[in-house]
This record gives sequence, C-alpha cells and structure tokens, in this order.
Amino acid sequence: MNINQRIFLQFGICIIIFGLIGILINNLTINLVRTGLGFNFSWLFKPASFALAEHPLPYTSSDSYVWALFIGWLNSLKVIFSSLILATFLGTLIGFARTGKNSLLGLISAGYITIIRQTPLLLQLMFWYFVGFLGLKDNMFIQIKNIFNISNQGIEFSGLTFSSEFLALLLGLSIFTSAYIAEVIRGGILSVSRGQWEAFRSLGLSERQGLIRIVIPQALPAIIPGLTSQYLNLAKNSTLAIAVGYSDIYAINDTIINQTGRSIECFIILLVSFLILNLLITNTMEIINRLILKSRKYS
Amino acid sequence: MEPIVVAKNLTKSYTKGLRALDNVSLTVNQGKVLVVMGPSGSGKSTLIRTFNGLETFDKGELSILGIKVDSTHDERKIQKIRRRVGMVFQQFNLFPHLSILENITLAPVHVQKRRQIEAEEYGMYLLSQMGIDSHAKKYPSQLSGGEQQRVAIARALALKPKLLLFDEPTSALDPERITEVLDAMRRLAEQGMTMIVVTHEIGFAKDVSDQVLFMDSGKVIEKSPPNIFFSNARHERSRKFLNQLDKH
Ligand SMILES: Nc1ncnc2c1ncn2[C@@H]1O[C@H](COP(=O)(O)OP(=O)(O)O)[C@@H](O)[C@H]1O
Ligand SMILES: [Mg+2]
Repeated sequence: MNINQRIFLQFGICIIIFGLIGILINNLTINLVRTGLGFNFSWLFKPASFALAEHPLPYTSSDSYVWALFIGWLNSLKVIFSSLILATFLGTLIGFARTGKNSLLGLISAGYITIIRQTPLLLQLMFWYFVGFLGLKDNMFIQIKNIFNISNQGIEFSGLTFSSEFLALLLGLSIFTSAYIAEVIRGGILSVSRGQWEAFRSLGLSERQGLIRIVIPQALPAIIPGLTSQYLNLAKNSTLAIAVGYSDIYAINDTIINQTGRSIECFIILLVSFLILNLLITNTMEIINRLILKSRKYS
Repeated sequence: MEPIVVAKNLTKSYTKGLRALDNVSLTVNQGKVLVVMGPSGSGKSTLIRTFNGLETFDKGELSILGIKVDSTHDERKIQKIRRRVGMVFQQFNLFPHLSILENITLAPVHVQKRRQIEAEEYGMYLLSQMGIDSHAKKYPSQLSGGEQQRVAIARALALKPKLLLFDEPTSALDPERITEVLDAMRRLAEQGMTMIVVTHEIGFAKDVSDQVLFMDSGKVIEKSPPNIFFSNARHERSRKFLNQLDKH
C-alpha cells in the first residue's frame, strides 16, 4: 500500500467514525426532546428520597442524589477491593496447588478451576445468596460467645456487620475470579524454565525457598498483566450486585433512572465512575509492574 | 575408606519397556574423576541426575557419601545429599535475577545458614579462583557463556561439596570458550575433588580422568582407564563411538 492509498484509507475511516458520532448525537437530542427533560445535572442536588440498606458513610433518604451515588460508588469500591484481595489469595493458593507436586491437590484444584469457569457468574452469585445465606434460618444462627454471629442477616464479627448481600457478592466474585487468577499464576510459574528448578534443587534449597527466591521473582513479570485484566473483569462483574440486591453504583443508578427518567445523565455518571475505577486499577498495577521491572536489573 | 558413590543395579524407565538405566553398577572413590561417555539418549544425564536426587530410580541400590537412598526417594536424605554434592549443567542455569555474587551466596546463606559477610568472602575467593571476581556485581546475561559456566562451577563449590557432577559442561559453549572451563575443571581435579563428568572432550578425559565409563541404551558397555579406552577399547560398540567422535 503506498502513502496516497494509506491517507485515503485513513480519511475514509475518519468519515465513518464522525458519521457514527453524528448519528449518536442526533438520536440523543431526539430522545432528550421527547422526554421533555433537557440535558442537565441540577437534579443531582435534590433529595433522593429512597433508603439505602448499606452505607459506609451516614445517609438518610433526605440526602441528595449525588450523595446517594457517592455512597453507591463507595459500596462498589468496598466489594471490589475486598473481592480483589480474597480472589488473589485464593487464586494464588489454587494456582500453586495446581502446579505443585501433590497430585491429589493438583486434581482438586483442576476440578475447582473447571467447575467455576464453566458456570455463569450470575448463577454462582444466586447460589451464594439464596443457598449460602438466605438458606440459613434467622433463628438458627451460629453464635460464638457474642463475638461471631452468622445468620440470614449476614455475619456479625465483634461489632462489625457484613450484610448477606455483601457477603454473597464477595464470595461469588472472589471464587469466580480466583479460578481465573489461578490459571494466570499457573501460566507464570510454567514460564520459568525447568533448569531453574533443577538448579535450586541441586543447591539444597527446599521447594518453598526455591519458589520464593527463584521461581516467583521470575514469574511475576508474566503474571502482572494477566492479573490486571482479571482485576478489571472483577470490577466490571461487580455490577451484578443488582442481582442480589446489593446497593452498588450500578444498582443505585438503576433506581435513580426509574425515579427520575434521567437515563442519559445516569449512564454518563456510570461510565465516568467505572472509567475512574478502572484507571485506578490499571495505574496501580502499572506502578507495581514498573517497580518489579526496575528491581530486575538484568534484561 | 568409604567410596563416594556406590551404585548397584540401578534401573529406571521413564516409559514402560524403555530402560533409561539398565542394571547400572559403578563405584567412585575419593579424589577420583570418572568421565561418562556415550551416544545421545544413552542415559548419561539420567545416571548422574540420580546421584543428587533430581531423578528417581525404580530398582537397585545407591549410596552417596555413605547416605543410602532407594526407589522410595526419601526427601530428607536427598536434601542431605544435595548439601554435599554440587552440580553443573549444560545450560549453566544461573539465576538471571540475581547478581553473580548473589548466585553464589544463595545456598550458603539460605541452606547452610552462614552469615552473609562470611558467604560473600568465600564467594569472592571462589570467583577469583575461577578468574572472574571482577564480574561479581554483574548479572548473568552480561557474561559470556564461558564466564557463566565458571560462575556455575563457583556456585556449585560454595557449599564445599565432597562430589561434583558435570552434565556436558562445555557442550553449549563456543569452541574458543571451552578451554577456560576445562582448565578450571582440571585445577579442581588437581586439588583432589571427586568428580563425575559427562563429556565428549577426549583431551580432558585422557589427561584428567581415572576411569571412562561408556554407556549405550542405558547399559554400561565398558569401564576402562582412559589409556586403554582411547587406544584399545575392549568393546566393538565403544570403538565405533570413538571413530564417530574423531570424525567431528
Ligand atoms: N523426562 C523424561 N521423560 C521421558 N523420557 C526421558 C526423560 N528424560 C530422558 N528420557 C529418555 O531417557 C533416555 C536417556 O536420556 P538421557 O539420560 O537424557 O540421555 P543422554 O544424557 O545420554 O543423552 C532417552 O531415551 C530419553 O529420551
Ligand atoms: Mg544428556
């Protein structure tokens, strides 16, 4: 392809893209006119007048929509980051079990990975919510000296309470993501050559020492990118919160759309919220990646 | 005096019916150098890798430095052996994320629990013995193949082993880099190190070894002193192999 043809092609692609954007804006305007609401965000400061079961910061139904959305965003953050930690922990354990010497553990973890990856996340969330928590009777809670309480209301642990909605989502997301993280970890471990294992073994290092000092440092550069994309998936999957009635940003947006009909503004808010969240994850992982590469003084 | 290595009727199959080791028996005494030769796939690597527990075997008896291991592969005993036996690989297998000196001090510090300073001092001494102490702070990828292999030898020496195993240590090197590694190995032999060396370097075998073991299809075909093996090998199979080596 010569330079003229290339310019022509790029010009053509630009026209198509601008055309599509034009159609989009046109549709948007027509819709806005039809609803008779106009495009603005001033309604955000009116009272939301709906209750939220779960709010990390003080909230009442007389608080504004924008505050309700912020609470939703915090709820999202809360479930995403706790799932992220639990999923990484579980996934690492299972990934190591899958690659380890013990064939029984290997078989169990391979089974776990297959089952979790072959069933829809929505189904798994429903399972944890309805079977895991609502299945417990409220009068049949397990109680240990008033410190640890588990019932269909959730878990209470020395003053801290976790709702069954939060816990079902946490478990569902963590277990689902852990299966994928396990595969990422396994891939990273397998990327380290057999010669490295033989070298540390022949020096008398234990398997644990060898993993920590030789295998993991060399596997990390292969693991981080895969891990990042699983974290991003987790963040996006957290919007299934609505299925178990957890008030995340998506669920609250949904409520507000139903109340106010401000669907376009709400979608923009949702878009920006997730953009911020995912940029946060991507950048954190990028920083970690750079730190690892910097500590790797070899090429 | 107790021999360093005693193997009796070692037998191993990776795949059913195909014997990588077939009734291999041998003894290596203190301070001796055994060279192992044989065509590719004859079981040389498998044999020396059983001596430090990198491979298991199915049948037979093995005693390394008086530690007896059998087909059950007792981890504790294997660990004990690995602390007294060094190994050098064809592909060097240095740890790319550690500096040259860190490669060498890793096992003394984390296996023998020596003090870092002490391990570094001894590491520097070993590097100077190998003529590469100026590279101590570099990383393996910054060194030539011959230098990397000498680091690997220093790393194997760091635990002050009683036996060194070499699996084709010069096969991955450029021809002009082979001598520097073989010279380092010669010096070790002169210092009385017990060594088992898989190699096709005839000059080295003639000058340094006490015995040459010739293998084919997992069997020991012949075990002779080098002067006999290279001038007047007892077996037809050995003579054929040597003829082919000469042509290269
Ligand atoms: N990990 C393995 N799995 C299956 N077969 C193997 C393995 N390692 C070696 N073998 C087989 O065992 C035989 C001996 O191999 P090896 O000891 O590597 O020979 P050499 O070092 O003399 O070239 C060969 O037939 C080889 O294919
Ligand atoms: Mg070999």
